[in-house]
Amino acid sequence: MPGRQLLMTFPVTATSHLLAAYRERGGYETLRRVLTTMKPEQVTKEVAASGILGHGGAAFPAGRKWQVIHLDDGQPHYLCANADEGEPGTFKDRWILENAPHRLVESMVIAGYALQVHNAFVYIRGEFDLPCRRLQAAIDEAYDAGLLGERIMGSEYSMDLVAHRGAGSYVCGEASGLLTSIEGRKGYPRNRPPRLTVRGLFQRPTVVNNVETLSNLSVILAMGGEEFRKIGAPKSPGTQLVSISGHVAKPGVYELEFGYPVKKFIFEDCGGVLGGRGLKCIVPGGISTKVLTGAEIENVTYDHASFAKAGSGLGSGGMIVIAEGTCMVRLLQVMVRFYHHESCGQCTPCRDGMGWMHKLIDGIVEGRGRREDLARMEAIALANDGTTICGMGDACGYAVTGILAKYRDEFEYWIANGRSKFDGRLEVAEAELAHA
Amino acid sequence: MKHLIPEFEKLKKRYPAGLDSALVLPCLHRIQADRGYVADEDIDGLCEFLRVPRIQVEEVLSYYTMFRRKPVGRWHLQVCRNVSCSMRGAERLIGHVCKRAGVSQPGQTSADGRFTVSTVECLGSCGTAPVLVVNETYHENMDAAKTDALLEGLK
Ligand SMILES: Cc1cc2nc3c(=O)[nH]c(=O)nc-3n(C[C@H](O)[C@H](O)[C@H](O)COP(=O)(O)O)c2cc1C
Ligand code: SF4
Ligand code: FES
Repeated sequence: MPGRQLLMTFPVTATSHLLAAYRERGGYETLRRVLTTMKPEQVTKEVAASGILGHGGAAFPAGRKWQVIHLDDGQPHYLCANADEGEPGTFKDRWILENAPHRLVESMVIAGYALQVHNAFVYIRGEFDLPCRRLQAAIDEAYDAGLLGERIMGSEYSMDLVAHRGAGSYVCGEASGLLTSIEGRKGYPRNRPPRLTVRGLFQRPTVVNNVETLSNLSVILAMGGEEFRKIGAPKSPGTQLVSISGHVAKPGVYELEFGYPVKKFIFEDCGGVLGGRGLKCIVPGGISTKVLTGAEIENVTYDHASFAKAGSGLGSGGMIVIAEGTCMVRLLQVMVRFYHHESCGQCTPCRDGMGWMHKLIDGIVEGRGRREDLARMEAIALANDGTTICGMGDACGYAVTGILAKYRDEFEYWIANGRSKFDGRLEVAEAELAHA
Repeated sequence: MKHLIPEFEKLKKRYPAGLDSALVLPCLHRIQADRGYVADEDIDGLCEFLRVPRIQVEEVLSYYTMFRRKPVGRWHLQVCRNVSCSMRGAERLIGHVCKRAGVSQPGQTSADGRFTVSTVECLGSCGTAPVLVVNETYHENMDAAKTDALLEGLK
């Protein structure tokens, strides 16, 4: 296995997600120690010392986010776990929700205590059937065992936790859209400032963290922030649950210690490209991160600094492997169609820009493309950058400019010849899948 | 929806006091699970119970893709059409599912009311792509043969 494991530390069985099994693995002992021996401020200090970066896509230091909350401001504070997991290519939070829901619950009580929260939420994808049921069962078990609700573990601290289901909207994964959605309205993201830690859910100070970020808390508090910081790469402490999919022989969720060589991961741990084909490129962390070619990842290690140097980012940890011979025009078409479909429509550059790009790329694929379409798409992408309320405008722009910069010839070929440079397919043959 | 009110009252206790608008989504989910879709009278009842304006509930219903104002077929077949699924056969699968369900394209319900076919965006099942969701249940690593066997059992 690629380096140290902090979350995937046990064999998954039919009962390993239950409270009894979690307790056997030492579960809730850290919470007991926190509630009986630590002050809330000390917990936040440990989190800051750990240097943990957000795992939801933006890699913001969790400690810095938390430090904005003033414990004595006399207001209610709220905590939300972001379990909306909608970034295409990402399915790691699902692993936690299905297999280690109590790790999340314990960590959220620790976080709630540090931030003096009495109402916490897990905003979970509405479509996630099994994860919803597993999480709800874990919450029910925790209430029954006095690990949630009034006077948790006999302490002075009380916190309610609900699993709140989304209803099918990618934008609700964006932290402010998520809060608007919990408030019972359509999930429109909000302009910042004010930051959510100043005015969030129902206008109160709110911390939104990704499921994986939060799940690391019980690990951090168990070993201490300083110890945690020693794991991984210097500027990327800890591990990442990487979801890997696409044209890869062994797709799935793998826990990687930051700093692990990416090529080794793909070719040794994940069995390389499906059917033994060559590697064309990867989408490193969800489709909102720029593609990197096989050559570009030659010496890249799995950490934020290394990916930034290569010109992309780790995003949400959702890696998509793309084999030689895959048509990038069709790939971008799927991506742009998705963004257009998901735009919430508040900002003109996003709503109209994505619709326009979608039309242009459909036109190319249907043989009506013109050479100037490519420059137009780039101009639209540029106009989106930084001009929209949430990061989705930028994200679509990155996908477009990233692919056009590296695979422009494929677009020009299609425009000139009215067909794909390859066979115009994204999918591999059924036989190749069976072979894998 | 009136018979669900005791359940909603219980749910309320775990939400911040006085902020009932947070219950809009959870209640709508419950109503839809009960009836299969959300009817006019459900909206009236919910607005009255939560004291939220009708326009808010209407907006929510039209914004979120999971909520329905009309019934669907007995079996709702949803196929993911996003990147990772497309790379592992979703395009083939969508065509095959439509054919087997007896509809000409996604978005339709078969004449006998048995199947409705929809396409959806990434469902977090990319590692086991392509994915076909039947009502609520995920069926992963799908291909034509597995689809046939599955649909055979859905009367
Ligand atoms: C369009 C959009 C979609 C997002 N979707 C998710 C998501 O599904 N899950 C998630 O954790 N973060 C998502 N984010 C990032 C969140 O806004 C936020 O940064 C994150 O939840 C904060 O948690 P972290 O600091 O622990 O990473 C999304 C952002 C954008 C702009
Ligand atoms: S950038 Fe797009 S998704 Fe984000 S708020 Fe604006 S319109 Fe909505
Ligand atoms: S792309 Fe289909 S489940 Fe993610």
